[in-house]
Amino acid sequence: MNAIPPAGTLLLNGVGAGVAHDSAAKHVSGAAHYIDDLPEPRDILHAYLALSPHAHARIISMDLSDVAKMPGVVAVMAAKDVPGVNDVGPAMMGDPVFADGVVEYCGQSVFGIAAETREQARAAAAAAKIEYEILPAILTVDEALAAGTFVLPSNTMQRGEPDTAIEAAPHRLKGRVDMGGQEHFYLEGQIAMAIPGEDGDMLVHSSTQHPTEVQHLVARALALSDNQVVTQTRRMGGAFGGKESQASLFAVAAALLAQKSGRPVKCRPDRDDDMVLTGKRHGFRVDYDVGFNDTGRIQGIAFMQAAHCGFSPDLSAAIADRAVFHADNAYFLEHVRIVSHRCKTNTVSNTAFRGFGGPQGMVGIEHVIDEIARYLKIDPLDVRRANFYGVEERNLTPYDMLIEDFVIPDLVEELARTSGYVARRGEIAAFNAESAWIKRGIALVPVKFGISFTLTMMNQAGALVHVYTDGSASVNHGGTEMGQGLYTKVAQVVASEFGIPLAKVKITATTTDKVPNTSPTAASSGSDLNGMAARVAANTIKTRMASVAAGLLGCAPDEMVFAGGLVSGGGKAISFAELAKATHRARVSLSSTGYYSTPKIHYDAKTLKGRPFFYFACGAAVVESEIDTLTGEYRMRRIDILHDCGKSLNPAIDRGQIEGGFVQGAGWLTTEELWWDQSGKLRTHAPSTYKIPGCGDIPAEFHCALYQRGENAEETIYRSRAAGEPPLMLGIAALHALRDAVAASSPDGSLPRFDAPATPERVLMAVEELRAKVASGAVP
Amino acid sequence: MRDEIRFILGDKPHGIRDVAPTTTVLEYLRANGLTGTKEGCAEGDCGACTCIVAAPGAAGVAYKAVNTCIMFVPALDGKQLITVEHLQSADGALHPVQQAMVDNHASQCGFCTPGFVMSLAALHQNNPSPTRAEVNDELAGNLCRCTGYRPIVDAALSLKPGAGFAVPDFGALDTAAMLAIDNAYFAPRSVAELADTLLAHPSATIAAGTTDVGLWVTKLHRDLGTVVALDAVFDMRGIVEADGFIRIGAMATYEDAMAVLSAHYPDLGLLIRRIGSKQIRNRGTIGGNIANGSPIGDSPPALIAIGAVLVLRKGSEQRRMKLEDFFLGYRKTALQPGEFVERIDVPLPAPDAVFRCYKISKRFDQDISAVCAAFLITLSHGVVSAIRSGWGGMAATPAMSKQAEAAMLGKPWNENTLLAAMKALDSDFTPLTDMRASAIYRATVARNLLRKLFVETTADTPRIRLDIPA
Repeated sequence: MNAIPPAGTLLLNGVGAGVAHDSAAKHVSGAAHYIDDLPEPRDILHAYLALSPHAHARIISMDLSDVAKMPGVVAVMAAKDVPGVNDVGPAMMGDPVFADGVVEYCGQSVFGIAAETREQARAAAAAAKIEYEILPAILTVDEALAAGTFVLPSNTMQRGEPDTAIEAAPHRLKGRVDMGGQEHFYLEGQIAMAIPGEDGDMLVHSSTQHPTEVQHLVARALALSDNQVVTQTRRMGGAFGGKESQASLFAVAAALLAQKSGRPVKCRPDRDDDMVLTGKRHGFRVDYDVGFNDTGRIQGIAFMQAAHCGFSPDLSAAIADRAVFHADNAYFLEHVRIVSHRCKTNTVSNTAFRGFGGPQGMVGIEHVIDEIARYLKIDPLDVRRANFYGVEERNLTPYDMLIEDFVIPDLVEELARTSGYVARRGEIAAFNAESAWIKRGIALVPVKFGISFTLTMMNQAGALVHVYTDGSASVNHGGTEMGQGLYTKVAQVVASEFGIPLAKVKITATTTDKVPNTSPTAASSGSDLNGMAARVAANTIKTRMASVAAGLLGCAPDEMVFAGGLVSGGGKAISFAELAKATHRARVSLSSTGYYSTPKIHYDAKTLKGRPFFYFACGAAVVESEIDTLTGEYRMRRIDILHDCGKSLNPAIDRGQIEGGFVQGAGWLTTEELWWDQSGKLRTHAPSTYKIPGCGDIPAEFHCALYQRGENAEETIYRSRAAGEPPLMLGIAALHALRDAVAASSPDGSLPRFDAPATPERVLMAVEELRAKVASGAVP
Repeated sequence: MRDEIRFILGDKPHGIRDVAPTTTVLEYLRANGLTGTKEGCAEGDCGACTCIVAAPGAAGVAYKAVNTCIMFVPALDGKQLITVEHLQSADGALHPVQQAMVDNHASQCGFCTPGFVMSLAALHQNNPSPTRAEVNDELAGNLCRCTGYRPIVDAALSLKPGAGFAVPDFGALDTAAMLAIDNAYFAPRSVAELADTLLAHPSATIAAGTTDVGLWVTKLHRDLGTVVALDAVFDMRGIVEADGFIRIGAMATYEDAMAVLSAHYPDLGLLIRRIGSKQIRNRGTIGGNIANGSPIGDSPPALIAIGAVLVLRKGSEQRRMKLEDFFLGYRKTALQPGEFVERIDVPLPAPDAVFRCYKISKRFDQDISAVCAAFLITLSHGVVSAIRSGWGGMAATPAMSKQAEAAMLGKPWNENTLLAAMKALDSDFTPLTDMRASAIYRATVARNLLRKLFVETTADTPRIRLDIPA
């Protein structure tokens, strides 16, 4: 027996340690395998999806007989050839694998080919004879609103008497802000490899955030039962929501062609096809009508949110709901109405993207706050402060959830102080007074983001933990690894529970035959749900081991302490490995499942009232930018972020989520522009035309800190807070810094309509409008 | 003649015979088990496929980061290819760049990571103590969607000078004979050999750095037919100053030409720094940027304004042509079958001439211009005594703004002249709307660039530009 470890023994890279991502060494050496890196099974075929050339057309006839005769072609499939259900819609139907009778967007999958090589499959598509009758296409939200085309019924959330309150307020503003969508631009494109097995079974390696859904949809399309399909996902090369529902098409197409040909099939669209075929963040139009008092406090507000959903529902219901839930951001809206339209257009079906509607809701209210500040000629930060939720009162959201544990006021004051916000605003004013052509701006924007799937049912998770007799442990759970460090965090949880070094915990690929019926890794919920499930599993094993240890050490099981690789009690200790052997000898199981479901949450999908979120994750960012008023070009000069991750499971990984999320959000609102031509073709379908932020866009002064007083009041995993999505919305500060810089050219402080993304073109055109205003003498 | 491609893969000589000549290096690597190098875009824009190509030269071995997704395998002939799999030492220890990336938490999903590692390994080899600006330059062609770049830059700045790569025996590759594959791919080894080859194959596709031609294969899925590659034409790479000109061999890369052009025309150096990325500039050539006749190439507008002259060659015949006369229409040039651009003669600046150029794009780095404008202006006692302009993105070819120039020439350089020139610009061009910019923006920003030129040539401050931190 060993001695008891001294008090305060390090957790050996358990919870709270900033350890490196579990795959870091493999990433840097090229040894981390993504699906396209796996050894290809014998006789593998390569799939190509032929895409619709029209935004909206009826398929009059389709003759694929010549396609089948092309060199290397082994299998060709269209809608009529699907043995099961020809649909990969995640919640609602409406996303055909292969277009059936009609194409509803330019780039829609029409038929699939499997050939010996990828080039042969692509080349064969040209041999298809398809006659289309072109139909009128609706391409924009404005057109959809005018025509009344929606993928889902509209929704309204209301509290109080907004119309009366707006009328009664001393000041009133009406306006509109549009924001574009966003391409995920995961570096690893969509990919799946389907391998037929015995009895018609199918193994699918899929780069998906939702292996269970891929399993279910493959089974449904192939007319198999769920237990005949296994989906495996070791890691994704980025996902960001783009592989929550959208990975299914490629997995199902590969599986269908594999079933038909009896050979393994890999489906990997090239970057252009990927960007044309798959959905993006929803663009939104937000109209507002707001009444407010002299301090900028909002008395009443009415929003109209119109979501650009594309041709099918996909996940748009939950996304549009989340936009409604975040129309308040951090502000108390006493009298409020939010009307939500889910517009149907003949464009790709938009989908989950980090933030999931939340960012669009927040851009709306932050725009209103900024407009109020410019109208009243006061600092936008003061208007924000005037509207923050209160602690004892003014603390009920429009959906009747009580705001508890609200850190924003304290966090914002700390950030304002550490960033030198007030002093810098003065410096910027002085700079702008001297500088005729280059103008600077600054903005502080807070973020409050609700954590939990809005679809309550999804807030559950399972895990499977084994301890082996050498004292090593293995953990599996339903969460997927897309770079966010989930595997590392869950392994840290298991290591901490067992009190063993992190190196003793093996992380294994997510697979539907180990943990079934899982939820997607989404909604920032990965570590909250799977960390808890793994902890439950580990605790079950721990309790059993403690009983065995009690017999060995001669004390009560509940006195046992698992720490430092030892299990101690009654003044004696045994190594974890020895205890594992002893437990096995005692014929006690060293394996357990674990299950967790989030408590307290509920809401009524009709009225949108209730408690959809377990808690909120908050942060704030300050961005200073400068613009060239002759060209509209701009640069960020400095970024300051303070973000609350509660008691962080891994501060290094959380910092990565915060910084990366911010930059992604800033990209969405600045240089990332999706552009369709008049025929509905997406013309920004590769990095040469779609510009995500580059290294040089990030200023040297990029300060990012975790809020040190953070501790989740709710019983989350080790009192941490989710970090996946919330930081993305910190990027709204980049948009507002540009607004502030443009306003420096304004004769009266007001701004013309200024939509996102704020490309150099939009910045310049806004400045030019202000110049014209000055020239015309419209303003004294 | 020889049909075996010979290069050093990692540290071992490697010969290939059985590969289609337009197979990309990336495809070759991945098909042969070296899957650490990733495909992100297949168009040289994301950098996930970055590897290092080393080649012996007059100044020793040059190590260059390249985009393997748009480089054809035969272009490796006579060189060394270093991939992410070749960085670790024999005992498995990580390369310092790899270790720094781990220590700084600089990977998340990890898919872009091998490309970043290779770009940084090239930087570490060539510039052991880089500034932040140099790191940003090196990484402008590597996209990361997860980290926001801060930890990657920190990793780069944390590096200490290292031992560098061991130099292999390039001589043993024995590549003296011209590479010719299946009568479909030729890599002549001198200008004379090139001229002869093109006479024999006048309709061949000429491949220089393949930073554009590579995309004809990977994006347009075109069969290039017979290819004449210029990689091995060593006597067309030189850059010399003679007779009042900087004579730039058509195969000189942007990186090769940047230093000398920057010394005489600082703004041109800044422009070239923003053409593509380090990987692109390591392969892309000034000659190619001109010869492919693209309306959106960035060097033609600047070189037109400067008054560059092309030396075209067919067989042993040479002719000189003003660059502005070379572009006949959209992707249509004055080149005849069998003819090629041998050299670009860039005049040295007159002492009193001021050169300014402006590149307008959505993203600062690695973006194609919405508008590119360049001016060479001479002022004598406040009067515009000479003016030349060059524009990209405003018409189907790189073009001059003749009417705006006429509105300026001989006039006092004042507000009235400026406004007249801005107005004339609207007659010079009718730009298009596309995904990069609207017609209105192009026209507006073009007028404003004249304003910027005016301010920069009349006010005390020589430049009004965004602050680019060093």
